[in-house]
Amino acid sequence: VTNAEDRLKTLMIASRAGDAASYRMLLNEVGAHLRAYYRRRLGSGAAEAEDLVQETLIAMHTKGATYDPRRPFTPWLHAIARYKLIDNYRRNRRNRDLPLDEVGELLSGQDQEAAIASRDVERLLAKLPRRSRNLLRSVKVEGLSTREAATRSGMSESAVKVTVHRALRALSSLLREPGQ
Amino acid sequence: MRTEQLIERLAERPVPGAAPATILARALVLGTLVSFAVMLGWLQPRPDLAQAALTMAFWMKLAYAASTAALAFWLVEHLSRPTGTLARSTLFVFVPLLMILTIALIQLGDAEKSDRMHLVMGSSWNVCSWRIALLSLPILGGLFAAFRRLAPTNLRWAGAAAGLLAGAAGTVVYALHCDESAAPFVATWYTLGMASAGLVGGLFGRVLLRW
Repeated sequence: VTNAEDRLKTLMIASRAGDAASYRMLLNEVGAHLRAYYRRRLGSGAAEAEDLVQETLIAMHTKGATYDPRRPFTPWLHAIARYKLIDNYRRNRRNRDLPLDEVGELLSGQDQEAAIASRDVERLLAKLPRRSRNLLRSVKVEGLSTREAATRSGMSESAVKVTVHRALRALSSLLREPGQ
Repeated sequence: MRTEQLIERLAERPVPGAAPATILARALVLGTLVSFAVMLGWLQPRPDLAQAALTMAFWMKLAYAASTAALAFWLVEHLSRPTGTLARSTLFVFVPLLMILTIALIQLGDAEKSDRMHLVMGSSWNVCSWRIALLSLPILGGLFAAFRRLAPTNLRWAGAAAGLLAGAAGTVVYALHCDESAAPFVATWYTLGMASAGLVGGLFGRVLLRW
């Protein structure tokens, strides 16, 4: 989620400086996020969702000056997307309850929890020595067997087991540190 | 049109545009000039303007209206962005009101009982507020037009804030005509004029500011 924010914000700032290539990339990425966002709320009967995607892209274009580059990009985009969604409900005179929705949802492809969790794991892994980090990743994240990992790393199977075990212990003590 | 085509078309000219503050400031200046011209033609400036400009009372009125306008401008700018919401800091726009109320109460306390009524009602209480509201309409129109290039999502409050700004700027214009000088008068009728402009802005904002 954070990475998407950083990238979109960089693209937006470049677009405002007049970079058409960045702008095309930005519109495409934002379009994909919006499509997922509206489909989740309107059902995937695509026509209505696609109309809203286009309306939001146009609004983002004509009202781009209201984005303040000192602030994050995602909340700005989310506010426009949500406004268009509410406007759509109002126009269709539907008295359906609007689901609560958070800024984060805009960029959550499927599962935001998973994204945050994997980011945390990566951050912790980065604190381990390179060899144990690689081994731990092959065994616990990619799911290789001890033998496969041993072949890949050129270590003996028992050395792999010991290294993975120590790496796990190091990780759990990192998790207990204050500030984690 | 397919979304890919739309994106190609939009990408040809990357995000344009002046900052919201610039857009709003242009509209404010233009609207205030129109309002000033209306005042010149309709009410005329007070004949003793040059002497009045040497009195505290004259500058007190202007300061009340102008400082409210400055704070309201900041609020309008904030609400012209999609992420703009009312925060507690919004209450800052009422600081000038508190100050004029304080001055008004002090003046009333110092005055003889028989003079107090006159300090509040002056000799133009029955025209002051609605004239201010009328003078603020061109300014409100200008601000609403400027909003077409902005992206308020809280339409009612964005409209009300624009109304307050228009009301305060209209009050600056009206203060050049009005020859009342008592703080209790200003605190009552000027405030009522600005507040009605705010109310008009809020009522119409919901409909006219949609995008």
